[in-house]
Amino acid sequence: MVHVGLTHFLILSSILFSFGIYAVTVRKNAIMVLMGVELILNSANINFVAFARYGNFGWDGQLMALFVIILAAAEAAIALAIVLNIYKTYLHINVDEVDKLKE
Amino acid sequence: MELYDIIFYFFALLIVGSAAIVVGSKNLAHSAFSLLFTFLGVAGIYVMLGADFIGVVQLMVYVGGILILLLFGIMLTNKITSVEIRNESTFVIPTIIAVGILAAFLIFIMTETNWTAIAPQFPNSTIKSLGKELLESYSFVFELLAVILLIALIGAATLARNDNKEK
Repeated sequence: MVHVGLTHFLILSSILFSFGIYAVTVRKNAIMVLMGVELILNSANINFVAFARYGNFGWDGQLMALFVIILAAAEAAIALAIVLNIYKTYLHINVDEVDKLKE
Repeated sequence: MELYDIIFYFFALLIVGSAAIVVGSKNLAHSAFSLLFTFLGVAGIYVMLGADFIGVVQLMVYVGGILILLLFGIMLTNKITSVEIRNESTFVIPTIIAVGILAAFLIFIMTETNWTAIAPQFPNSTIKSLGKELLESYSFVFELLAVILLIALIGAATLARNDNKEK
């Protein structure tokens, strides 16, 4: 049995990334698309922290992970506000039927 | 098999299983609640990688902030009287094929590349070093992120506001 190393974490993040891409591509609901984006950001973060641990980069990887988390929080707040506006206009949030920026 | 490996496989199974429920569930509320377990698993992975501060931030920001925000979004955009909050999918079969190819390709790259990994050393606590680094070499990024968070706050409040006074 191989001991858990860098490759294990990278494979885990690849699987999580693929799930995120699937959710973004397939789902109609805007909230589901947001959840897919969060999965993708988490998988990228696992990569950053794994390379920071197994590589010789000092603290850069962990700081990048921290910045990604901060940007994800800002992105979620803005996206939820936009989704609420879409719901006010269309009374649904199916992203494949929303095709106008302005009434 | 060491304890470290067992804990890794536990968290990996937790992440992959709950992420599969997130993307596969028909019920939007089920997706949101299994996203909680995905975030918890990712926080555990951070701690396993020696990034304790990132793990705590993951718990506070993702589980305590973003997940609650998503749940608010679900509750505000669906009629509260409808028991089942459904969401549909489009192009399922082609996407599964494409994403399967993508995942196989990524895993192939990750396994075949000859990473030059150094032997990891366990630091005691990352908080002091992260704080020093953040305020010394990354101080500009630190200030920039503060401005970005302020802009996001104002922008979200402006976008989601009800302006009734014009009508």
